[in-house]
Amino acid sequence: MEDLKRLGDELKEKAEILSQKDHPRSIIQVRVAMATCGIASGARLVFEFMKEELEKRSIPARVTQTGCMTYCYAEPTVEIILPGKEPVMFGFVTVKKADEIIEKFIRKGELVDGVIPVTYETIESYSAEIN
Amino acid sequence: MTKQIRIALRNCGVIDPERIEDYIAREGYQALGKVLTELTPDETIEKLKKSGLRGRGGGGFPTGLKWEITRKVAADQKYVVCNADEGDPGAFMDRSVLEGDPHSVIEAMAINGYCTGANHGLVYIRAEYPLAIERLIIAIKQAKEAGLLGKNILGTGYDFDIEIRYGAGAFVCGEETALINSMEGLRGEPTVKPPFPSESGYMGKPTNVNNVETYANIPVIINKGEEWFARIGTKKSKGTKVFALAGKINNVGLIEVPMGTTLRQVIYEIGGGIVNGKEFKAVQTGGPSGGCLTSKHLDVPIDYDNLIAAGSMMGSGGMIVMDQDDCMVAIAKFYLDFTVEESCGKCSPCRIGNKRLYELLDKIIQGNGTPEDIDKLRNLGSVIKDTSLCGLGQSSPNPVLSTIENFHEEYVEHVTAKKCRSGVCKSLMIYFIDIEKCIGCTLCARNCPVNAITGERKQAHYIDTDKCIKCGACMEKCKFNAVFIN
Repeated sequence: MEDLKRLGDELKEKAEILSQKDHPRSIIQVRVAMATCGIASGARLVFEFMKEELEKRSIPARVTQTGCMTYCYAEPTVEIILPGKEPVMFGFVTVKKADEIIEKFIRKGELVDGVIPVTYETIESYSAEIN
Repeated sequence: MTKQIRIALRNCGVIDPERIEDYIAREGYQALGKVLTELTPDETIEKLKKSGLRGRGGGGFPTGLKWEITRKVAADQKYVVCNADEGDPGAFMDRSVLEGDPHSVIEAMAINGYCTGANHGLVYIRAEYPLAIERLIIAIKQAKEAGLLGKNILGTGYDFDIEIRYGAGAFVCGEETALINSMEGLRGEPTVKPPFPSESGYMGKPTNVNNVETYANIPVIINKGEEWFARIGTKKSKGTKVFALAGKINNVGLIEVPMGTTLRQVIYEIGGGIVNGKEFKAVQTGGPSGGCLTSKHLDVPIDYDNLIAAGSMMGSGGMIVMDQDDCMVAIAKFYLDFTVEESCGKCSPCRIGNKRLYELLDKIIQGNGTPEDIDKLRNLGSVIKDTSLCGLGQSSPNPVLSTIENFHEEYVEHVTAKKCRSGVCKSLMIYFIDIEKCIGCTLCARNCPVNAITGERKQAHYIDTDKCIKCGACMEKCKFNAVFIN
């Protein structure tokens, strides 16, 4: 049990480092929603594209698949966390759009169209609010 | 702005479902560890009871109480089952949880086994969910490798294993006794309760059946505490509920809102309103077992009891939004069509009664209905509800009864004026050509697939209503708006 707790804390810290500003191990995180519905609307192509192109263009990033991000109307959806910044969610991400996101948003920090406003509370933010 | 709170969906869209590390980094398996090392089964059940968690599969039975009943039955072998047979048209929250966060379900099932005294878990999932199955298999394998499933979990001496059973996609198999029959290799038919599965379930042994979303809530209740959970929601319905918003709504998708959120908030604030700014007409909740809620219910706080009082039910959480272009009689027929198809046929009220309901609705839609037919629908509907064997039959007339209740005038129009105000019921529509507007361009006649339109060039045309199949091609083609419906 102690081991599990320690492992949990370690992994949590590791995950948090990724999005910290100026940490030597922080990295751009790209999450692609890959539930059945996302894949059906083309998320797998976007996922492969992001993975290959970020590497080709020498942008260090961690591209991962996730489950449903719940925005069915805007599939495929992609969330991007630039170190030290709030996560930004993009909808209707085609390969062309993904290219624009890499060049404008990831490289230069410029916003591109298709941002989905994220308005929900997480367990953490809700707990902080009630205390 | 109405806030959503993500509890059951806390990890969906955040973690990589195929990496157990991602789950553990977000307090994953801490609840299982805590329960196994710090709490007795009774203490854990007490926590669940205090949290007020109720079954998210639709019935709303208190989860803690269900666990307690299973725990109290003495037996040499018990089972824990996860009901992932999501069958409501338009509902996909269970699939999303399993595809996005399978470990939360595994962890909660292991907790359930510890509390009820079972060391064998079964996930009953429809084979139509291949990706959910794939990710679940990966997750089970990873949990076993990490010592979080299998023999001697976390060195506590507790054994728990999970296997997957595939369903063929029958709606009735979401009913727990039918589900158990199906798992045993028998026909997917329900049996009379009592005995309840908690007394005699899978292989005749005490079996605790819970839904995917119910399980997904449990680790959070253990980690954050029952008081934390019970602060969210209404007096009798605690926590949040995931809804699948579909139909004529702008932001189609999954939402997770605290119990007690109103329909207005869901539709207009979170859902972004009705497509093309049209007028809201009704929302169908609870799938084929639920009913329609209308504009007068917009400000009702959504929870288990209020939905039942309004003539619908929570169901698994499907919400299909309808606008002025939807005909309520046709909607009722659509759902009945589904239940007639899915009825297992074991009891006669459901097998025969629903078919007769369907025929009456069809008669009305074809334009042959009489005012007495509406009364017949009502009477027959309530008899089916009272006399059917299982939840399917007991709730299948709900779409009919609730639309009659809330849209009585539309039914009356269909049977007396033979009119469908939404323009959906084709048999009730008659196409005409306005001879004042028609210039005789012959475009309609040339596009009519059944040659029902006649007329000389440069003179007004006519539609032969006996030949007309009401396809609407003429209306679409006419450049002078000369074609109209009665």
